Amino acid sequence: MSKLQKKLLIVTTILAFSFGIMPVAYGMHIMEGYLPVGFCVAWGVICIPFLLAGFFSIRKTIEANRKTLVLLAMAGAFVFVISSLKIPSVTGSCSHMTGTGLGAILFGPSAVSILGIIVLLFQAILLAHGGLTTLGANTFSMAVAGPFVSYGIYRLGIKCKWNRYVTVFLAACLGDLFTYCITAVQLALAHHTDTSIAVALGKFLTVFAPTQIPLAVIEGLITCMIVMALETYAKPELRAIGFMKEVH
Amino acid sequence: MKKRTIVLLLTIFIFLMAFIPLFARKDAEFGGSDDAGSTVVEEVDSGFQPIAEPIVEKLIGGELPGEVESLLFCIQTGIGVGVIAFYMGRLVERKKLGQGE
Repeated sequence: MSKLQKKLLIVTTILAFSFGIMPVAYGMHIMEGYLPVGFCVAWGVICIPFLLAGFFSIRKTIEANRKTLVLLAMAGAFVFVISSLKIPSVTGSCSHMTGTGLGAILFGPSAVSILGIIVLLFQAILLAHGGLTTLGANTFSMAVAGPFVSYGIYRLGIKCKWNRYVTVFLAACLGDLFTYCITAVQLALAHHTDTSIAVALGKFLTVFAPTQIPLAVIEGLITCMIVMALETYAKPELRAIGFMKEVH
Repeated sequence: MKKRTIVLLLTIFIFLMAFIPLFARKDAEFGGSDDAGSTVVEEVDSGFQPIAEPIVEKLIGGELPGEVESLLFCIQTGIGVGVIAFYMGRLVERKKLGQGE
């Protein structure tokens, strides 16, 4: 074997091993059964208006221009992909991203609630990840709260005329992070019998937030790249949903 | 810098960011952060019992095997990537044919 071949062999072996020991992890939605009934119902009810608004907003967008269906499908698929990738983080545990930032930027926050709940249902029923009883709470954190923050930051960035990619990055990144903060708040509200809410919140935050920070950055970058790609290849559609005219 | 270079650099950066923790933290278990979540629940609310169990686990009467779980996660990724790749391919071709803009 030549030196090069040896090197190649070593590198590929290392690669193979690094994938082989890819940790089995469970991400971070609130687990099935981990909220008392009252909270399950309450979070579910809170989500209903957002879901309705989302349904109407999607219908309106599609009726206005059927071409936008392509972008909507892609935004939905983006959530599917991104939220299925569990990535190791510096804290030594794994978590996954939400992917809702892109949809929020393109279609507004309420439309994303529909995309998000589809993914959450898929994961809750088939993957034992998240849960049906906690669906309301998870929908609120991932498909309502996160997207609203993303959208808010995006609008702010447009208004203040920040660099567009920086805006998209911040929107996706902070929206993702905020989702996990909301999850911590939801858990702390439901579980604090042994301590105060504040202490419980602190504990939940320290579990979720540091793990999520690097992942939020990754999500921001990926969202930027997708937006770049769409700007290059999907100009007519972006114009149809009013995304391009803001920038040109 | 050209767009293509930026995208390439970003991709490399993302991969590094995702995989460096694996090498940097050799002692870590890389369990899910929701497992850590349930530990904290026990800590701050010791009397709490989960009120339901996942529907799949109820149906098969046990935990979902790790391999099957990763299969299902792969299906989820696959569906998403399929949709994105299909539409992206169409859009790219459309631009090549000069009908997009």
